[in-house]
Amino acid sequence: MSETPKLTARNVDVWYGPKKAIDNVSIDIDNGLVTAFIGPSGCGKSTFLRSLNRMNDTIADARVTGEIKLDGEDIYAGTMDVVALRARVGMVFQKPNPFPKSIFENVAYGPRIHGLAQGKGEMDLIVEKALIRAGLWDEVKDRLTDAGTALSGGQQQRLCIARAIAVSPEVILMDEPCSALDPIATAKIEELIDELKDNYAIVIVTHSMQQAARVSQRTAFFHLGSMVEYGETSQVFTNPREERTKDYITGRYG
Amino acid sequence: MIGFIVLAAVLGLGLVGWFSARTRARLLYTGRGSLHSTPGYHGWHMALWIVIPALLAFATWSSIEPGLIETSVMSDPAAAALPAGDMERESILAEAHVIAANPGTAAFNPLSAQLAEPMRAAQSRFDLIGAALVVLFAFAGGGYGFTRIRAGFPARTRVERGVMLLLLAASLMAILTTFGIIASLVFEAGMFFRDVSPLDFLTGLHWAPANAVGDDLSSNFGAVPLFWGTIYIGAIIAMLVAIPLGLMSAIYLTQYASPRLRRWLKPALEILAGVPTVVYGYFAALTVAPLIRDFAAAMGAENPSTESALAAGLVMGVMIIPFVSSMADDSIAAVPQAMRDGSLAMGATKSETIKRVLLPAALPGIVAGVMLAISRAIGETMIVVMAAGAAARLSLNPFESMTTVTYQIVQLLTGDQEFNSPKTLSAFALGLVLFIVTLILNIIALRVVKRFREAYD
Repeated sequence: MSETPKLTARNVDVWYGPKKAIDNVSIDIDNGLVTAFIGPSGCGKSTFLRSLNRMNDTIADARVTGEIKLDGEDIYAGTMDVVALRARVGMVFQKPNPFPKSIFENVAYGPRIHGLAQGKGEMDLIVEKALIRAGLWDEVKDRLTDAGTALSGGQQQRLCIARAIAVSPEVILMDEPCSALDPIATAKIEELIDELKDNYAIVIVTHSMQQAARVSQRTAFFHLGSMVEYGETSQVFTNPREERTKDYITGRYG
Repeated sequence: MIGFIVLAAVLGLGLVGWFSARTRARLLYTGRGSLHSTPGYHGWHMALWIVIPALLAFATWSSIEPGLIETSVMSDPAAAALPAGDMERESILAEAHVIAANPGTAAFNPLSAQLAEPMRAAQSRFDLIGAALVVLFAFAGGGYGFTRIRAGFPARTRVERGVMLLLLAASLMAILTTFGIIASLVFEAGMFFRDVSPLDFLTGLHWAPANAVGDDLSSNFGAVPLFWGTIYIGAIIAMLVAIPLGLMSAIYLTQYASPRLRRWLKPALEILAGVPTVVYGYFAALTVAPLIRDFAAAMGAENPSTESALAAGLVMGVMIIPFVSSMADDSIAAVPQAMRDGSLAMGATKSETIKRVLLPAALPGIVAGVMLAISRAIGETMIVVMAAGAAARLSLNPFESMTTVTYQIVQLLTGDQEFNSPKTLSAFALGLVLFIVTLILNIIALRVVKRFREAYD
């Protein structure tokens, strides 16, 4: 692992009340590539993803112990501003969740709350750039005032990606971003992830091993709350070190 | 008296019919598939045929019997001495009725005592005829029902249909009553509008029904001050209290309160909706109104009145809080969690998320809740009767006493009133206006809620 990692996690446990959902996970996530979390349902991959931008804070009895650092800065330290953290670590959800606002306002939402644009012209530029990067601009440029919810499912998800990149994050977390989409829309999102990876550290949780193989350079396999194996995607899929990884990849369970 | 016996007899006959039909149907049973319906259904079929025609006969007879009795009493020689005047004549007949029911009661008018005997005779004669008719219908229905007990008879289908009709009748009862109320409102209001032009009523600024005599009717029935008082108290002052408090408590309960706190706070808030309005009324009159009067005096008002629009409006606002908060609570809770997460993940704070995402998404539901609350507030009576006052006044000063549509209706219809004077009839016109306004508010609110529900399902 070449340069200094973007995100480092050390001995992370996540608890939901008395139940331990994540057990002692340590991982380094690098810039400029896509890291995939795979594993059977309920293995904790989404839980771990949500602890990377402290979205677990919104769950009443969730508790995270251990250490997660973004550029060497502990994100669970008392001095960490959650608002600023989430501006740096964006997130795309399983089900497209555009706000009940216009397409323009959906993308402008983040820049507006973080005060990124001075005046209308600059905001227009930010929105246009984000939509172009998300590959949605040509489809929506003539109807920016339409409701975001009026778009198709795949377009909605790309709108959510545009919304996330409009605040220029450094890391983008994607929680099964294609599980609610048809194959064509899925292919578009995967293409988009591939284009975006040069500028961001992308972490994607996926159910589909094919998707992980297609889009990621690193793969982490989770099982029953622990990270079983982490390595180059090609190595994990063709030559897994662990027996459990091999069983999962060959379809023995999951 | 005899009515109860007849009803009991009908139900008894029904029971007998149920048992006998069931028993008979059992005798027809020869094996699986030999009967279309189980014996129990034959029992119910029979019982329905006994009870329903008999009850219909009973209801019909009860409505025509008083007329028959009166005709018969009138044919008595003593009745010739009855005075021709309507009022006197009816009071004598009413007294005779009382004496007939309780023999030995002293008669105020000697004529009543004379008429009591023929009236009692007529009553018992017609009661007997009625009872005989009812029993006859029960037997006729039962006889028909009994002939239907055959192996192939679809008693089950018939009973199901009977049950359906029974339920339909029950629901129609409520609807028909509503229509009856509307019809009487429209009819009485129509009588009023023959004397007073609707335009004067709806746009006139002077309300003094007590002065309304002779030709000068229209100028004393200007209802605008009442409408203004109603809107000022119910839709403005009360909503200034209820909307912010209700909305904020809904936001706190859905977004900030821990589940345990919410389990306690939400029912506590809903208790407010269960307080009888008369209790709010004396709270307004005895506690809030004097405070406001003292406050007004301290502000330098001369002779502030104890009754004030502000006192009534404030307490009404408190009463309405649960309506606003529970509708707002429901619609905020209906906004998908994913939307909230989406906003938080963008780095928005909790209050930014509420202000920019949750409230806009929940707005239709909140607006509908407010409309229902307004329609409830402007129809509210007890609080304004006790705390708002009787003066029909067009004023912006909340410390002055003001009156509302509901208060005036109470005023116009309580006590001894002639039921054909414009003064009394104006109450129906006011009621009609109130009814139409609340109906419109309710319809709009329900439509908004419906459209909102569709959006997220």
